[in-house]
Amino acid sequence: MITLNNIHKSYEMGSSKLHVLKGIDLTIDKGEFVSIMGSSGSGKSTLLNILGMLDNYDQGTYHLNGMHIVDMSEKKAAKLRNELVGFVFQSFNLISFKNAMENVALPLYYKGVKRRKRNMLAMEYLDKLGLKEWAHHMPNELSGGQKQRIAIARALISKPQVIFADEPTGALDTSTSYEVMEIMKEINNEGITVILVTHEHDIAAMTQKIIRLKDGQIDQIIRNGDLSEFRYKYSKELQTA
Amino acid sequence: MLDLDLWKEIISALKKNRLRSFMTAFGVFWGIFMLIIMSGAGKALENGVMDGIKAFASNSAFFWSERTSVPYKGFQRGRNWNYNNQDLQYIRQNVKEVEYISPRLFGWRERAGDNTIRGEKTGSFNIYGDYPDYFKIDPWTPIKGRLLNEIDVKQKRKVCVIGERVHEVMFDNDEDPIGQYLKVSGVYFQVVGVIHPETRIGFGGQKEETIIIPFTTMQQAYNYGDEIHFFSITSERGTPVSVLETKLKALFKERHNIAPDDNQAVASFNIEVEWKKYTALFNGIQLLTWIVGIGTLFAGIIGVSNIMLVIIKERTQEIGIQRAIGATPAKIIKHIVAESVFLTTIAGYIGLSLGVGLLELLNFALEQGNPDEIFFRRPEFSFDMAMLALFVLIISGIFAGLIPAKRAISIKPIDAIRDE
Repeated sequence: MITLNNIHKSYEMGSSKLHVLKGIDLTIDKGEFVSIMGSSGSGKSTLLNILGMLDNYDQGTYHLNGMHIVDMSEKKAAKLRNELVGFVFQSFNLISFKNAMENVALPLYYKGVKRRKRNMLAMEYLDKLGLKEWAHHMPNELSGGQKQRIAIARALISKPQVIFADEPTGALDTSTSYEVMEIMKEINNEGITVILVTHEHDIAAMTQKIIRLKDGQIDQIIRNGDLSEFRYKYSKELQTA
Repeated sequence: MLDLDLWKEIISALKKNRLRSFMTAFGVFWGIFMLIIMSGAGKALENGVMDGIKAFASNSAFFWSERTSVPYKGFQRGRNWNYNNQDLQYIRQNVKEVEYISPRLFGWRERAGDNTIRGEKTGSFNIYGDYPDYFKIDPWTPIKGRLLNEIDVKQKRKVCVIGERVHEVMFDNDEDPIGQYLKVSGVYFQVVGVIHPETRIGFGGQKEETIIIPFTTMQQAYNYGDEIHFFSITSERGTPVSVLETKLKALFKERHNIAPDDNQAVASFNIEVEWKKYTALFNGIQLLTWIVGIGTLFAGIIGVSNIMLVIIKERTQEIGIQRAIGATPAKIIKHIVAESVFLTTIAGYIGLSLGVGLLELLNFALEQGNPDEIFFRRPEFSFDMAMLALFVLIISGIFAGLIPAKRAISIKPIDAIRDE
């Protein structure tokens, strides 16, 4: 599904150059539930953005779904984003002057789906996430958890193959975070690849595979079986802290 | 363009910031509104003045006498002189380029005090002696009765035609003046017509307060001898009136012992020159109007572009999200440009409607008044101009939107989302 080969990325910061990703090799299979962890500045968001075709990379190769993602025109990138991937952001990024249903239906608008059909579909997805009665509320009338669920519905409506989530629980309290993660799990169970960035260990522990980044390189990949050990290590870390 | 969703997007985006949208639109509205009001007012002034002279035969010239300013053949400067019947006769016989020539006497001596009496009514009016040809040069229309004719002149009849004001003052409302007599400076004249002037330029007084009698009658009845005070002349087809004017001036100077280089003694003006002068003046006014109007409009449009830039800045995140979930750059540009065009066009249309509406209102008010009294008539803004203005608005709306739109898509979606 996703193959990264020696990906480098640096940012120009005035006169100095900030080398963020220093050669990432990574393979993620279809249907995996992956979290990317790392301290701030380790390059995890940058990696996610490159994966999500929101940002380009300097060096290396990136194949998504067998397609070589390189030097794409904005138009093509937009189309791919629309068809292949869904995004969930930490700050929800709902459009403030559209109600819940319209927010969810927006990707279909860019796909050229007729209003009635896309509103119907949006209601379907809202229903799935238990937000049917909130469909006509504006984002500022909703709680954080509700907003994030709407964002998830929006990411799902175009039937993507991959969901990219950038700290989806970052702005939520613990119980709401767990609710959101439950939804993520369900999505993953339906066969959609889910890749999320987080710095919370308990959130990462709910995924099948954890990729730990350190200074722009992959430090450690923890597989599902190793998670119990990770959890143990994590609780020990908590105790010492 | 019939993209309902696009329009819904635009309306909701504008609604979200009512005040800002309103202020932006106001700049454009004001620009076009001012353009229309100024252009309409300029046109009204033009109509007023042009109406006043357009009924004049366009090939007419007018002559009167002033004191001489150059000593000549033993005469000192400052001499008073008059045209005479021999001049008239000479011109009729020898100057072939003249189509009509009409001499006039100004009844200056008869002007003092209440010169017109009828029973207990008295009035003070201008008394002119004219030939019937005069009405062909400076047209009047009879409201009642008739104009003067050749027989009146030939038989030196004591008849007169009177202006509307004279009718008002000297007769009761329901009274028919035709056939009645007026005592003008001691001589009785029978009223044969009430006449209305078609032009607004009077030679020596308000046209409505005028009594016109046959020229020959005037010369005899008031002891003017063979004096003539004023000539109205039209040129034959094919001869520019300016040429004729120059020729006649030279002729008059020669006949009355006036120095050829005396520019004052033979005074004249011709409608052709006046017409050209006015035309140039009003073209100038219209040009100025458009320069100022377009300038104001341009300022409004820059305002739109400016505000669109601010909007883009404010909506960077929103645009970023839209692009992340699959909006193509073309869609974003289309949206922003459409929003800009929509704003300018709506504002422009409102300005156009209100401007034209105000002109109509003004026109209505002006028509209620006496139409002959005013030099400000029929303010108007042509449909072509309105369409042109609207077209300019739409084009500039596109440009006003294009700059911010380019800027919007130059921001990477990722930067846009991060920007908080």
